[in-house]
Amino acid sequence: MSMFGGNNKKEVPGISSGSLSDIVFMLLFFFMVTTQMRETENKVQVKLPEASEVTKLERKDLSSYINIGTPIRSLQAQYGTDARIQLNDSFKTKEDIRDFVASEREAMNEGDRPLMTVCIRADQDVRMGIITDVKQELRRCSALKIMYSARRPSE
Amino acid sequence: MSKKKTPGLNTSSTADIAFLLLCYFLMTTTMGSQTGLARRLPPIPDSKQQVEDQKINRRNIIVVRINSADRVLAGSEGIEIAFLKDKVKEFLDNPNNDPNLPEKEVKEIEGFKAVPVSKGVISLQNDRGTSYSTYIAVQNELVKAVNELRDEFSMANFGKKYARLSEEEQGWVKKAVPQNISEAEPKDVNASTR
Repeated sequence: MSMFGGNNKKEVPGISSGSLSDIVFMLLFFFMVTTQMRETENKVQVKLPEASEVTKLERKDLSSYINIGTPIRSLQAQYGTDARIQLNDSFKTKEDIRDFVASEREAMNEGDRPLMTVCIRADQDVRMGIITDVKQELRRCSALKIMYSARRPSE
Repeated sequence: MSKKKTPGLNTSSTADIAFLLLCYFLMTTTMGSQTGLARRLPPIPDSKQQVEDQKINRRNIIVVRINSADRVLAGSEGIEIAFLKDKVKEFLDNPNNDPNLPEKEVKEIEGFKAVPVSKGVISLQNDRGTSYSTYIAVQNELVKAVNELRDEFSMANFGKKYARLSEEEQGWVKKAVPQNISEAEPKDVNASTR
């Protein structure tokens, strides 16, 4: 006992928190590098369907999104519960898709335009009627590369 | 000149500031990549193309219909989604050269060799009342059938799974086992399945 307990009233040195900020900064940089800014606010509820054979979207910057689903809770009083199409930040009808695709094309480089992908993010409970309309409209403005957004099934 | 020692900066709050920044980024950004099933829509047909479409031999086409009650028909009989993959695989592969299943055409693939390529086309038709989740489930099964055939082809020819092949080899396999899924012109599929 006496070997170690020479002076029991020695104070424990406080843990240095100087490196704490470094650790947090490292976390911060990790998140800054791996995530992207949310570009639009969702106005429709979208629960993506599951599919096991999904592939990754190669070029995120070359894709535009069409959200289809029922309006979120707070907007249901105004817009009802029918499935709606959301382009950018507002509800649109299928006639507006042509303008939307044109403006998205316009924003891209000349060389990238043929690679443009339209991502259809539709809720799993949506009926195919509205999606068929969207697809027909996309064909008409020859945006032929599409992707049905789906998520990998959670195991 | 009085050489007073400057007091060290108090750095204990930098961690708090960094935490605030971190929280901000956690809130405003999205993680993860977009995944989904990539498809190519057919261009709007002109009058000439319509004639060409009809020339596809009957044995080369399998019609997968989904009606408004989410029931699936492959060919002429109703089928469960779970069995659809095997049916489509058999259709595309045609291992016994059944005269009712699609014919094969020997094609020379550049840089590889001549392989028999199935001429089978899957035609997917749906109703306006079909639910999207069923539609995606069916699409998924069709893609799975093609992917499995590609895997088998790669195993037989390269001894590796499709995903492990080089880009060039993947191109060959893609040509040997094409993914011919045609999303038909919208039309209402009858709800009666007989």
